[in-house]
Amino acid sequence: MTRLQKLILSRLALGVVTLFAVSALMFVGIELLPGDLAQQILGQSATAETLAAFRAELGLDQPPHLRYLDWLSGVVQGDFGQSLASRRDVAELLSTRLANTMFLAAYAAVIAVPIAVVLGLLAALWRNTLFDRSANIGALSAISMPEFFVAYLLILVFSIKLGWFPTLARIDSVDTLGGALHATFLPALTLILVVIAHMMRMTRAAIINVLAAPYIEMARLKGVPRWRVVLRHALPNALAPIINVIALNLAYLIVGVVVVEVVFSYPGLGQLLVDAVASRDFPVVQAVGLFFAGTYILLNVAADILSILSNPRLRHGR
Amino acid sequence: MTLLRTAPPTAIFGLLVLAATLLIGLFAPLVAPYGETEIVGAEYLPWSAEHPLGTDNLGRDMLSRMIFGARNTVGLALLTTGIAFSVGAALGMFAALKGGWVDQLMSRAVDVLMAVPPLILALMLLAIIGPSIPNMVGVIAVIYLAPVFRLSRAAAMNVVALDFIGAARLRGEGTVWLLRREILPNISSTLVAEAGLRFCFVFLFIAALSFLGIGIQPPTADWGSMVKENATLITFGDVTPLIPAGAIALLTVSINFIVDWMLHRASGLKS
Repeated sequence: MTRLQKLILSRLALGVVTLFAVSALMFVGIELLPGDLAQQILGQSATAETLAAFRAELGLDQPPHLRYLDWLSGVVQGDFGQSLASRRDVAELLSTRLANTMFLAAYAAVIAVPIAVVLGLLAALWRNTLFDRSANIGALSAISMPEFFVAYLLILVFSIKLGWFPTLARIDSVDTLGGALHATFLPALTLILVVIAHMMRMTRAAIINVLAAPYIEMARLKGVPRWRVVLRHALPNALAPIINVIALNLAYLIVGVVVVEVVFSYPGLGQLLVDAVASRDFPVVQAVGLFFAGTYILLNVAADILSILSNPRLRHGR
Repeated sequence: MTLLRTAPPTAIFGLLVLAATLLIGLFAPLVAPYGETEIVGAEYLPWSAEHPLGTDNLGRDMLSRMIFGARNTVGLALLTTGIAFSVGAALGMFAALKGGWVDQLMSRAVDVLMAVPPLILALMLLAIIGPSIPNMVGVIAVIYLAPVFRLSRAAAMNVVALDFIGAARLRGEGTVWLLRREILPNISSTLVAEAGLRFCFVFLFIAALSFLGIGIQPPTADWGSMVKENATLITFGDVTPLIPAGAIALLTVSINFIVDWMLHRASGLKS
């Protein structure tokens, strides 16, 4: 096995171990809770029978490690248990909503990533010009804004005043791709605005960092044009941090999606998670939380591996 | 004063907004025309002389709730950041000083905390312990303790390797002395710069949780839940629900401007 394969395998293994630790976290949390979970949820007025029934349903009458193993063996077979609120299979609840969330996140990512990288490159190329400064202030402001502020602002302008897009992203009631893209444009745009700023700033920083290297000065002294210096000399060497930033922001999209879905009543996983937390529907919270955490961890591992691959020194070793 | 004169306009703007918010929050009962939860008229009254920002979904005065909201939202964010910082920094320095399995155990626990997106982790934890203000503060403090722990551990590692720590140890100083008198003064500037940034995250985080209905609970006035409560007005083209959301954005932008300036000064960059 080469050094590279070992490196990648160890990262993947670490990701899987983390995922197990996270999945156990909720069981540990329930264990640490003062008193009994059933008592807490059902309140003081609950009768002994309802409490016993609820405990049996959640498996609270079994020791925690058995409960965890039981749940885990179900998950491996695609069985996430039943929702406490709607009595439906969690797996069935997840499937359509998962597709919706993925659609929204992908929609935003496909637009945001290229724009952010190009803007970052331009800001680095035209450093300290008016373009760079206004991009910087714009980015700083966009990072500081809560997603729901951006979302409601867009609703006010584009759907109330101009009437171009619907206020609610009803993706279930459209059947064409064009219709779906139109219905979900505002939530996608919100996500794009939120992630673009951060990606742009980091891309700019990564490029400027590389531009300080001696070989860049050499290239300039040779008379290489500025755009060529940035594209051929700086960009390949700044690739690792840029890939990292893109992956981190894709991971961030997964989180941002929660708030945006609630604003637009979009039938996705985020909305499901928030509803489940409010009604304390544990099987659903556990499954959705695990999915979000898994995607986040996976993207981080992917970023690690890609930045190793993009660096010949790490790729070949010494 | 010379410090202020060299400040860029963005930083001065930030300082002004921050000072105004803190003053309003501090003297909320004196400034606000009505009580925090007092019902003063019909629901969704338009802007008028009596109610400069109209009334909310239950007929409470919007402006008064904005003012009390400044106190609650900013106050809780300060409290949470304070807890996360004191506990996180103490644990981080302790881990760096002790090393060995203590360090390993704490660092791996922090790795797990940081491997999950904060919002998802908070939602999962709050589902277990139930949404309430003390629970929310506790959960967010635990989540944001992780990055503070990492930073202070890394900074303290450099200090622990120096000779004066060895000398203090040979003198027979205890752990608490080493942490407070030898390590803390040497890493405090790093921690202070980080605190401003973290406060922004915590503040936005509390606002987002309250907006989702899982943070600060009604009838307590809070900017995040005020947006949620009055969101229907947007569909009628009314900008009122955007005011609390805008206040959140304005305060975060301001603090970011200040932090940006301080980082710039600290790193000694001129361009």
